[in-house]
Amino acid sequence: MPVYNLKVNGQSLSVEADEDTPLLWVLRDHFDLVGTKFGCGIGQCGACTVHADGVATRSCLLKVSVATEMKITTIEGLSKDISHPVQQAWKEIDVPQCGYCQAGQIMTAAAFLEQNPNPNREEIRDAMSGNICRCASYNRIEKAVEQAASKIS
Amino acid sequence: MKSITTPSVSRRSFIRTSALAGGGILIGFNLFQACKPEVAPPVDIADLNFNDFNAFIKIADNGKVTIFSPNPEIGQGVKTSMPMLIAEELDVDWGNVLVAQGALDTKNFTRQVAGGSQSLRHGWEPLRQTGATARQMLINAAASKWGVDPTTCKTKNGVISNGNGETLGYGDVVKEAASLKVPENVKLKDPKDFTIIGKDINNVDIDKIISGKPLYGMDYKEDGMAYVSVLRPPAFGKKLNDFDATEAKAVNGVIDVFKFGDKIAVLAENTWAAMKGKKIVKAKWMNDSELENTKDHDKVLLDLLNGNDFNTMRADGDVKKAFATADKVLERVYESPFLPHNCMEPMNFFAHVTAENVKLVGPIQTPAGTARRVAELLDRKPEEVSVDMTRMGGGFGRRLYGDFALEAAEISNISKKPVKVVYSREDDMSAGIYRPAIKYKISAAIKDGKLIGYHLKEAAINSNMYGLIPNFFPAGAVENYQVDVAKYDSNITIGAWRAPYTNFLAFAEQSFFDELAEVMEVDNIQLRLDLLQNVKGNNDERIQYSPERLEQVIKTAVEKSEWGMKPEGVYQGFSSYYCHNTHVAEVADVVLENDQPVVKKITCVVDCGIVVNPLGAKNQIEGGVIDGIGHAMYGDFSFKNGEPQDTNFNTYRLIRMNETPIVETHFIENQIAPTGLGEPTLPPAGAAIANAIKAAKGVRLTKQPFVKNMKNETLLG
Repeated sequence: MPVYNLKVNGQSLSVEADEDTPLLWVLRDHFDLVGTKFGCGIGQCGACTVHADGVATRSCLLKVSVATEMKITTIEGLSKDISHPVQQAWKEIDVPQCGYCQAGQIMTAAAFLEQNPNPNREEIRDAMSGNICRCASYNRIEKAVEQAASKIS
Repeated sequence: MKSITTPSVSRRSFIRTSALAGGGILIGFNLFQACKPEVAPPVDIADLNFNDFNAFIKIADNGKVTIFSPNPEIGQGVKTSMPMLIAEELDVDWGNVLVAQGALDTKNFTRQVAGGSQSLRHGWEPLRQTGATARQMLINAAASKWGVDPTTCKTKNGVISNGNGETLGYGDVVKEAASLKVPENVKLKDPKDFTIIGKDINNVDIDKIISGKPLYGMDYKEDGMAYVSVLRPPAFGKKLNDFDATEAKAVNGVIDVFKFGDKIAVLAENTWAAMKGKKIVKAKWMNDSELENTKDHDKVLLDLLNGNDFNTMRADGDVKKAFATADKVLERVYESPFLPHNCMEPMNFFAHVTAENVKLVGPIQTPAGTARRVAELLDRKPEEVSVDMTRMGGGFGRRLYGDFALEAAEISNISKKPVKVVYSREDDMSAGIYRPAIKYKISAAIKDGKLIGYHLKEAAINSNMYGLIPNFFPAGAVENYQVDVAKYDSNITIGAWRAPYTNFLAFAEQSFFDELAEVMEVDNIQLRLDLLQNVKGNNDERIQYSPERLEQVIKTAVEKSEWGMKPEGVYQGFSSYYCHNTHVAEVADVVLENDQPVVKKITCVVDCGIVVNPLGAKNQIEGGVIDGIGHAMYGDFSFKNGEPQDTNFNTYRLIRMNETPIVETHFIENQIAPTGLGEPTLPPAGAAIANAIKAAKGVRLTKQPFVKNMKNETLLG
């Protein structure tokens, strides 16, 4: 099996894996970075969202062989001490119910606010609509993104 | 009528204490039932044994409190709210409380189940008693140290004070407290003195969730563990004939492929290899029983509704006579599809079967029952089976069924390896156990402008409504009232799905009442209130709801939603319902955008008694309402030749943020013992929006999902 060198959360990590292995499973099974979640495997639910060169990306669709060229950030690397404004807002609003989808929601929100630090409500609702929350904590996600935006801008 | 009181606790919670070797006191107690008096808690925290006690409080000599919370957490917040009850009566600062998930006690613990929104309701009394008893023990220890009367001592935030101005921290007296006799009949706080209950408390796992720490079954791993993907029959009614795994075994990382029952297990070094291997197993299936179709179910259920073969669940007066003498009759049929649960965390479970014991780890709503079934399956002694519960990425009823844990146990038993079975989304949506498709026919007999007869008929796949439901509203309000049920036996597996039966029945009935008001030419809300008047003073013990509490949520919803006062272009829909011991009213505000109805806001009024944790409670309410809307609007699941037609989110539609209204929550404030919130706000949501859509478009929806049936009505493009 080929060996791939990856840049994850500022660290250089290498893995022996088939070239078609999605980054998701490399993170979870090989690197023990289990914060990135498996939800659907086809890029529909957003639970596996990571940043690839700063862009919110579905890690279930990103092959490890392609990811070698990118700087990958996972929920574990978003901040060292839960200090990212999006994480802070998530805590203040007490967003999660079961919590399973929330890492993906946070990663989507963080990348979105990098691009658009002053979003209006409709922009937030559109930007977050790719991430499913089965517990339907959507009202709080919306509020938390608004709150994070107000702190960033 | 049943009076609404605190659920009775047959015996005082049983408590034992011991001094910990490392310092501090350990208080072992059993919830909801007493236990054998001879057992003693351990002196070393590493020996914590949930076979003796199902819950523990540790108070360290620095005053820090750790509560080992016993109930499984599926996102309903009990891991936070149940320890709040203990901490309240223990009188400690919440900031000094740590909460850890308790493991399973298979011998002594009955209600270690998350389901039916009952955790808080059952824990309300015994959890507070445990906290209060522990507090009294600490006071007694301090009083004896000071040589004062314990009744002169007070506590605040983990500090005991006496009348002479002296103080001692809980940690200072834990050693002495451990040797004292456990006090009995300790008085509980007056609710007006609560300092933790009723306050907004953050989810205790919040930091771990938002930083991606391992919490869920999916995140659990052990050295040498194989990841397992299971190939199951592709359709209900098919079984395994033969298979060829030569290619699957050649996949990098695949360890083994073998058959168990009618399924094939693919074991691998990582999840991807297991999933990849599973896809290329060449399996031949053969027909075993009928291959069923939704089209046929629709016909069969309608035939049942129109037939005469029913079981009567409740009959008051003479419905037949009422309909014969009526001068107007309204009759409507309401139809719902099967629904998968679709927990965001797909089903998974870890098992390691060895000669000595069976270790199970994973997300499960029924750990005790699952341990028992695994013991039976593997012919092991019950005490050899342990279950460690992980946080659950959603449950919604699906994790009441331990089928996935049994699969893991069987595979580990065959392979002699620690294994973790992991479902793909496709596996999760097609492996079975769904909300059954159900149809209702509701008929009302009207005479001289009065409702004199009400007849509810249910036709369901495999299983009918549970026995309490026929005693929900409008039971007791209509003189001639009957509930009849019938079912069709199918090979498609069904089970509980968030608010079983009521999740659709509430839509049917609350839509029906609006239409009934139109036919009777009365106000839709006044009709409900008038019916409730008939129930007041009714001493029928079977009736589950309180007419007074239902009346209050209805009136409050009218006020808070500005019912009938909205500007032109805002269409409102009303719905009220009682289930899971909680009374709820909801008003939907709908507007038309490009002539399409869009739900903008839901005003939700809830009477769940004392609100233990408003922050968590509102989250449950908002989620329940939006979940109810999402599934009423979009949830569609059908079968063709026994095969589910949707297996992933590319075709199966769940509600997303851009389709979500704002939910505004109001609580009825009272001092009644709390009831649960995981389910009760979901059922009324569907009718609230259907009634609003009727107001907006003049079209009455009787089938779910609305989006499909609105298309048929040319309401949606």
